[in-house]
Amino acid sequence: MSTQTQILNDVTAFIWHESDLLDHKGYQDWLQLWNEDGLYIVPAEFNADGNYEDTLNLALDDADMRSMRVARLENGESVSANSTGNTIRMVSRVRVLEAGDDLVIARCAMTLNEMRHGKLVTYPADVEYRLQPTGDGYRLAGKVVRLMHADSFLRTVSFIF
Amino acid sequence: MSELIEMQNISLKAAEMVEEGRVHKALYSDPAIFEEELDKVFNNTWVYVGHESEVPDAGCYKTAWVGRQPVILSRDRKMNLHVLQNRCRHRGATVCEGRKGKTKSFTCPYHGWGYGLDGALRALPKPEEYEGVLDKNELPLERLRVETYQGLVFATYREDLESLYDFLGGARKWIDLFMKQGGGYPVKVLGEHRFNFPGNWKIQLENTTDAYHFPIIHKSFITSLDDATADIFDFLHGDGFVEDLGNGHSVMVMIPELVDLEDNLDQPIPPRFQKLADELRAEGRSEEEVQKLVRAAHGTGFNLNLFPNVSCSMAFLRVLRPVSVGETEIQHVALGGAGAPAPFNRKRMRLHEHFQGPMGFGTPDDGEAWERVHKGSQAGQDGWILVNRGMNNLHQSPDGNVAGAVCSETGMRGAYRQYKKVMAAGEDK
Repeated sequence: MSTQTQILNDVTAFIWHESDLLDHKGYQDWLQLWNEDGLYIVPAEFNADGNYEDTLNLALDDADMRSMRVARLENGESVSANSTGNTIRMVSRVRVLEAGDDLVIARCAMTLNEMRHGKLVTYPADVEYRLQPTGDGYRLAGKVVRLMHADSFLRTVSFIF
Repeated sequence: MSELIEMQNISLKAAEMVEEGRVHKALYSDPAIFEEELDKVFNNTWVYVGHESEVPDAGCYKTAWVGRQPVILSRDRKMNLHVLQNRCRHRGATVCEGRKGKTKSFTCPYHGWGYGLDGALRALPKPEEYEGVLDKNELPLERLRVETYQGLVFATYREDLESLYDFLGGARKWIDLFMKQGGGYPVKVLGEHRFNFPGNWKIQLENTTDAYHFPIIHKSFITSLDDATADIFDFLHGDGFVEDLGNGHSVMVMIPELVDLEDNLDQPIPPRFQKLADELRAEGRSEEEVQKLVRAAHGTGFNLNLFPNVSCSMAFLRVLRPVSVGETEIQHVALGGAGAPAPFNRKRMRLHEHFQGPMGFGTPDDGEAWERVHKGSQAGQDGWILVNRGMNNLHQSPDGNVAGAVCSETGMRGAYRQYKKVMAAGEDK
């Protein structure tokens, strides 16, 4: 197997693992995937430029906000989180954009499906991962979820893309 | 003949479905009432279409809605604002599909009719076939009447309506206070969140003057705050109030100490603003400016509901659009200061993301409640929605208005009184 194919396999395995955790609400394990300084970002415009901190986003979570977001989804106090069932996301079209020793950048297509009050809601997205290689697999150093809906109107969201 | 009378008797007259303290649930679900609302409410009053900072320069535009009608807010070369129907005078196509941007003209993509930023029809291809048939001067994009107050841009189809200044009336004082949150800089739109919910628009109209729900449905948001901030949001037992400002407008003061953001500039920096204060000091800002910006970063301690479609809600603008009787689109517009220090605007956006928008820690729970109101209110053949909370405990405000406790439904009653008035207009006595 070529080195490039091996990296693509490793990256895809990581993304599928992460996707499975989120679909099955394994939020505590998901938090453990992250580097402390990593940012989870959902831009408010599909074509937002990379200057997320000076832009309004749907979410821009540092480690503290990620923990609080997970706490909100898990602690039973949020009526919308309580009424959200599992999500099912399909991830494909994985492409490694950069494969450095310290950072691997990959992009993929994702479609997330949610059953909301008896109606199927679908969110197609372009997702970018920044992954830090370690001796023990990848660490999540950044994730940007570009939703097609971002340019239009979303439904409210009580899960993690 | 008897059939006709019977039909009249059971036909739903929206104005009769509003009583002081309760409204009939049909107002959320009857498609005929919805159509009537588009005409009598949205086509017959001042409707918010945008903020001046969204079209800062000549040639800037943004698209918006007046009820179900697409419009364009534009700024021409002389810096005048226009609100134009987004409809080519030839065959009706929209002439602008961008959400916002900059342009020299609006050109219909279908046959190439070109309009200026003021809506004037400038040119059309192969004009010879129109010689003696049409006069370009008579076919501009149709203009709505436009007036502004403190940067808020409103439009109406009615030339004979009172001025915006008079329509806002008692709300103007609160708009002035709201606009202090630029921290000494002009208030500017920083971005917006967009989401929709399957429910009637009036469910949203009620929500921004409903403090009663806050500690219940937003418990998970309050839990995510530090203790000092959580205390600030524990306002149901405080000295807040709701005041009916007339014309359907109302103000709900939740945190009285944050009514005037230019007062009390000598308070200690709260923990959640410590990092912002440090960043501002590192930029060489004076202590006075640091205090002013930190206090402005909080946002105001009140929600100002402006009938029918915008709320100046603590730190942001909440704009609603009725799509159908059972669907409403909402924009949560984030505000900051034009030319304000970057750390200030960043903090304002992070606070907005924390609560607002479809992924905030607050809005999804509101959305869940509104969806349930819409669904649950369909139950039964008959039924009323209660808006009578606090009717036993009213007083007169210093401005001479009716006011109730912070968690009273005084603001909803004010909005429905205006609703009843406009819906009754033109009906046979």
